[in-house]
Amino acid sequence: MILLFIGAGILALCCCGGLIAAVVLISLHGFGPLGRLLILLALTAAAAGTVTGYAGGRSGSPKALKATLWLSGIFAGAMVAANGVMIYALLARDFTVAYVDQVGSHDVPNHIAVVSLWSSLEGSILFWGAILGLFVFAFLATTARVREHRDLIPYTLATTMAVATFFAFLIAGPATPFETVVPAARHAGPNPLLQNHVLMIVHPPMLYGGYVGMTIPFAMGVAALMRGRLGAGWMRPTRLWMLAPWGFLTAGIVLGGWWAYEVLGWGGYWAWDPVENASFLPWLTASGFLHAAMLMERRGLLKAWTMVLLMSTFALTILGTFMTRSGVFNSVHSFTQSAVGPTFLVFLAIVIVFSIALFALQGHMLEADGSFKSMVSRDSAYVVNNLLFVAFTFTVLLGTTFPLITEAMTDKKISVGEPYFNSMAVPVGVAIVFLMGIGPALPWGAPSAEKIIKTLAMPLAWGFGLLALGLGLGVREVWPALTLLAVGFASAVAIRDMLAPIGAVQRRWKIGWAEAAGRAFRRGRRRYGGQIVHLGVALMALSIAVSSSYRETDETVLNKGESAHIAGYTLTFTGVQKTQEPHRQVVGAVFEVTRDGKSLGTLMPKMNRYTGQMRPIGTPAVLSRFHEDLYLSAMQIDDRGAFAGVRLYVNPMVYWIWIASGIMLLGCIVAMLPGPTKAAAMAKPSAGGPAPTPAEAKGKAS
Amino acid sequence: MSPKVFVAVALAVAGAALVWIAVGNMGSNLVYYWTPTELTAAGEDARGATVRLGGMVKAGTINWDQDSGVLTFTVHDTDADIPVRATEMPPQMFRENIGVVVEGTLGDDGVFTSNRLLVKHDAEYRAPHDPKEADVEELWKSLDGDS
Repeated sequence: MILLFIGAGILALCCCGGLIAAVVLISLHGFGPLGRLLILLALTAAAAGTVTGYAGGRSGSPKALKATLWLSGIFAGAMVAANGVMIYALLARDFTVAYVDQVGSHDVPNHIAVVSLWSSLEGSILFWGAILGLFVFAFLATTARVREHRDLIPYTLATTMAVATFFAFLIAGPATPFETVVPAARHAGPNPLLQNHVLMIVHPPMLYGGYVGMTIPFAMGVAALMRGRLGAGWMRPTRLWMLAPWGFLTAGIVLGGWWAYEVLGWGGYWAWDPVENASFLPWLTASGFLHAAMLMERRGLLKAWTMVLLMSTFALTILGTFMTRSGVFNSVHSFTQSAVGPTFLVFLAIVIVFSIALFALQGHMLEADGSFKSMVSRDSAYVVNNLLFVAFTFTVLLGTTFPLITEAMTDKKISVGEPYFNSMAVPVGVAIVFLMGIGPALPWGAPSAEKIIKTLAMPLAWGFGLLALGLGLGVREVWPALTLLAVGFASAVAIRDMLAPIGAVQRRWKIGWAEAAGRAFRRGRRRYGGQIVHLGVALMALSIAVSSSYRETDETVLNKGESAHIAGYTLTFTGVQKTQEPHRQVVGAVFEVTRDGKSLGTLMPKMNRYTGQMRPIGTPAVLSRFHEDLYLSAMQIDDRGAFAGVRLYVNPMVYWIWIASGIMLLGCIVAMLPGPTKAAAMAKPSAGGPAPTPAEAKGKAS
Repeated sequence: MSPKVFVAVALAVAGAALVWIAVGNMGSNLVYYWTPTELTAAGEDARGATVRLGGMVKAGTINWDQDSGVLTFTVHDTDADIPVRATEMPPQMFRENIGVVVEGTLGDDGVFTSNRLLVKHDAEYRAPHDPKEADVEELWKSLDGDS
């Protein structure tokens, strides 16, 4: 109770003081001090919210809960407001603000000025805070209002606020963007690579949405462990809160690949680069969790394991932040060496130690409510699925961190080559796709052998059908062939799983096809969402297998007017086009493209020279056709237009990767839609909700 | 053997196999970041290994045959010279006395065959200066993001 009053007191002080100070500061010193003040308010609210939250969780006091709700809201509001201040300062080009002085420029257009918010270290951490704020708002508006979960909300918010405290501390101290500085003489603007493409505007917010959003399900898991109450009633919202960041992360990863493809000019979209791996690792464990959570919700199995996946996912987002933000791997993502890197490592250590301690103290509460009935059932398919996701995570994590560990211990610089990742990822990936078909096809519990054969026969036939089609088209390699088999099998299961209920509804109610489809869809949105995601994954697996196995590449130097015939395409170099923009000079080489005598238009790969940059940055040109992309990357462009050297790639099915990710996102959204399934779940008593626990009793006593 | 023990043993075996395969696989796919001096010092051990060789392009050694598409040059640092053979077009900024990273392998004939040639890109323009090892370190780092 005393803590509660302290928290409320600090809060009141902050509010009054903040208001008065804000007015004075803006009039005297511009936006830097106002930003700093908002961050301090956010930090104070988050720290106080952590304290009141844990206190409220222990005592069950409604006042503590109320204070925690308020403090969380204040943190979120202050964080979002601080970002608003920074965006305003970036637009106003207020170079007295340190971050604006660093990334701002009069030479860049306004939309680039806004995007500069996440173009460098300090701004990106500030933006991180805003996203956390938005997630907190969303949580306060939804799950936090459900009466059934009232005993779990304080702990959830306390944990979220503990994470928020860490980030607010970073923004207030080691990585402050709001410092007031004497403006530099010259302002170059943000990293040119980030100014090059519109995808750069959407990729970081998506990825951050994924990373930051995983704080909420992590906090919900921590709350469940602290209460020792982990039933289906709490698992449903937790899984839902994981689904949202999983969707953001999926979008962020694919957009990152797409950006690399459209901007970096090496003809590919994925290179097992440490920063790519950093985003892929939590995606893997989150995907594992989304499946394990269903097994737990349905059958009460694997509770502890599900929690391990949840905690690991959050820890991996912090590890990923460390890897991309600390400068240990230099890339377009890591900015300057700074003190922030080690801070993330310390935070990661705290998260891991805290999670292990929580398991040691509370893990005994997580006993399974059921047991495995058969080795060949949907239950065990989920288990194998999870083992595969973990195996995948392990191999990627090993290959990503091994160079870091080696360098730290022996001071020798090495990296792990792409062939390692491919040789591990391909078999595991194909197995996951195959299992994606087996799982939904098998019934829960203990099915008979006859039933298993009957249910798997049709999809297997589809798999072999697709394989035969591939063999006919010239597929001769083992892994692409196996991918075709798995993709055909899994997508047949997904489609059958979506059509079967419609047929059943139609027969049962004797209604039309469209009405039956509507009813089936409304009844089983989660199933439909899941199966749409599976279809997207199947298409993506197919596209990745084809695009990586059957890509052609060549290079040529053409004088003006000359043509070259490459991979069925005829390229004619017709000259250069120069444009002068405020922040860069662009030289484009114009190629006319024809195939079988038909014109496909022109392609113009470019070289961009940015003010203050020595090496020009190329922008490739991509012509997407139905089944393949023609991709031109300029190697050399003669300024006078006499000759141009280009590298050409013919990438089959790359376009379908972007489409597949869209299907995955659609499925994710469908699964999250509120519907009768959710209402039904609310009405049902939570399956695993036990009587008051010892911790609860103790909390009441004190 | 009870089913539980059986599953535990099976998982342990599968886990051990995974670690074994992963570690072995990784060992044969390591990429070494070496300077010309380190590559020379490694001697026979360097043959066949995938290496990211970082150094400066020696003046007067660039030779590009446009017809065959073969590019040859020498990468050097203060103590060693390594002749490099590439089959790709030199990138726009490729020139004498510029920092490069060449990924490839050292052949038995002492010639380094390049699979990938990257030119250092710098945030700020700096005049070419004497190759120093510290620069190579920084150079590798500046190029990691290209892939």
